Amino acid sequence: MIALRGIERRFVVGDQVVHALRGVDLDVAAGEYVSLMGPSGSGKSTLLHLLGLLDRPSAGTYSLEGNDVTGLDDAALARVRRERIGFVFQFFHLVPYLTATENVELPLVLSGLAPSERRERVAAALASLGLADRSEHRPDQLSGGQRQRVAIARAMIASPALLLADEPTGNLDRSSGNEVIRLLEDLHEKRGLTLVLVTHDPEMGRRARRQIRMVDGLIHDETMAVAG
Amino acid sequence: MRVADYLRLVVGSMRSHRLRTGLTALGIAVGIAAVVLLTSIGFGVQAFVLGEFSQFGTTILAVNPGRVTTHGAPLGLYGSARPLTLDDAMAIETIPGVEAIVPILSGNAEVEAGPRRRRARVLGVGPAVPQVFRFEARSGRFLPPDDLHQPRALAVLGSELRDELFPDGRPLGRRIRIGGERYRVIGTMEDKGETVGFDLDECVFIPTARALELFNRDGLMEIDILYGPEADAEALVAAVKRRLVARHGQEDFTITTQEQMIEVMGRVLRALTFAVAALGGISLVVGAVGILTIMTIAVRERTAEIGLLRALGARRGVVLALFLGEAAALAAAGGAAGLVVGVGGAQLLHAVFPALPVWTPWPVVVLAQTMAAAIGLLAGVLPARRAARLDPVEALRAE
Repeated sequence: MIALRGIERRFVVGDQVVHALRGVDLDVAAGEYVSLMGPSGSGKSTLLHLLGLLDRPSAGTYSLEGNDVTGLDDAALARVRRERIGFVFQFFHLVPYLTATENVELPLVLSGLAPSERRERVAAALASLGLADRSEHRPDQLSGGQRQRVAIARAMIASPALLLADEPTGNLDRSSGNEVIRLLEDLHEKRGLTLVLVTHDPEMGRRARRQIRMVDGLIHDETMAVAG
Repeated sequence: MRVADYLRLVVGSMRSHRLRTGLTALGIAVGIAAVVLLTSIGFGVQAFVLGEFSQFGTTILAVNPGRVTTHGAPLGLYGSARPLTLDDAMAIETIPGVEAIVPILSGNAEVEAGPRRRRARVLGVGPAVPQVFRFEARSGRFLPPDDLHQPRALAVLGSELRDELFPDGRPLGRRIRIGGERYRVIGTMEDKGETVGFDLDECVFIPTARALELFNRDGLMEIDILYGPEADAEALVAAVKRRLVARHGQEDFTITTQEQMIEVMGRVLRALTFAVAALGGISLVVGAVGILTIMTIAVRERTAEIGLLRALGARRGVVLALFLGEAAALAAAGGAAGLVVGVGGAQLLHAVFPALPVWTPWPVVVLAQTMAAAIGLLAGVLPARRAARLDPVEALRAE
């Protein structure tokens, strides 16, 4: 599914070069559940952005589903993001002037799908997340947990193979957070989705089967949880 | 992305900031309204003036003393050229194709009727004025075809002058004094209103020979020649020129056709119209700066949204198109509102001041609307490019 080889990412901040990633090798198989943990500045978010094709590595190669995506142009990257990758963010990132339905169908709109084909899929996605009666609400009329559920519905609407979640519970209270995590895990189990979760909450991280700890731009250690 | 979805997103974003959208569009609306209104007045005045001019008929030639190469005022009246005389006028009248002539000399003199007196413009003219200027007597008759050199002391009053000198409304047969000399009123003219140059209603008409004497002049200001519609204007100009050169020994006069006069006038008025429209254009530029400002702010405010769209798989081009589209839509909406205000304002102005002619040609309307959208696009280019070039990771971090 994912194969990273010698991935480096350098930023120039002022006249200093910051090494966010210093040569990361990582393989993730299809259907895996991986948590990325580590202190802030360890490079876990940068790695997630690279995995999501939002950022390009300064060195190294990245192959996704067997295709080298390191050298793709903007349009090709956008296409891969649209069709194969779903994102869930800490701050939900819902478009404030669109209803829940419109937010969820945004990836399909960008793909140019006809409204008649979109309607049922969006309605079904909202219903499966218990949001059927919130479909015409705008984000500011929804609770935090509801917003994140809308965001998850949006991430899943194009049936991606890879779901990337960046601190998805970081902005939620405990019960909403647990609900959201269970939803994500449910999607992972039932649909065989590859799930990569960035978190700094150790308790949250330990739920994943495979736990990766990052320190200083490198993979520090990996733990495989006992099945169950 | 489908066109309908694209439009829905653009409009949705605009509707989410109603006040800002309204104010930004207002800037363009004011500019377009100003351009449309000013252009309407310009074209209206143009059409009005040209109409006034051609109401005298387009089959008129004017001969002025002095030789000029441009269509300015001939200097011959005060220069060394030989004056145009009544005999010149009589010689022109016998040219085949000439239907009538009016030898003209004008000046100001005091006109007295009993106890009433006022200064008025005195037009020394021939008896053919009604025919040549399409200007009829309302009561009595116009000056009779007397001997050109020895006409009787008869006068015809313009309608306004008649009302002022004879409030009792019975001027016919009465005596008046013009510049101290006695005249008998034999007619009054119909209303003509203000025409180009001066108000014919405030004139008194007397025979040309009398005016020459009154103002102590030896030459005419102009000879107007009416020719039949079937006559060849160029051939006639040549014939008049030959006849006068034969009499004067040189070409010390200028012949202007009515078409030339209208053309020159039209050119001047067009230039004025465009100058006025350009003034309105300045406010359009201000409106464009407004759009540029607002779109720049919008890109900054919506940075997170831009990052999200990119994460969801929007190409740079899509982001560019969304912001460009919003700028163009803002301008187009403002343009449409400005159009309504401009055309409506022009009509209102015309309703309140009927004397002010307005005319909004359709091409101006289309041009103004196209211009508004183009300005929006242009003003949107910089902010939209900024939006498209944002680094998605950075953009997502903004909250």
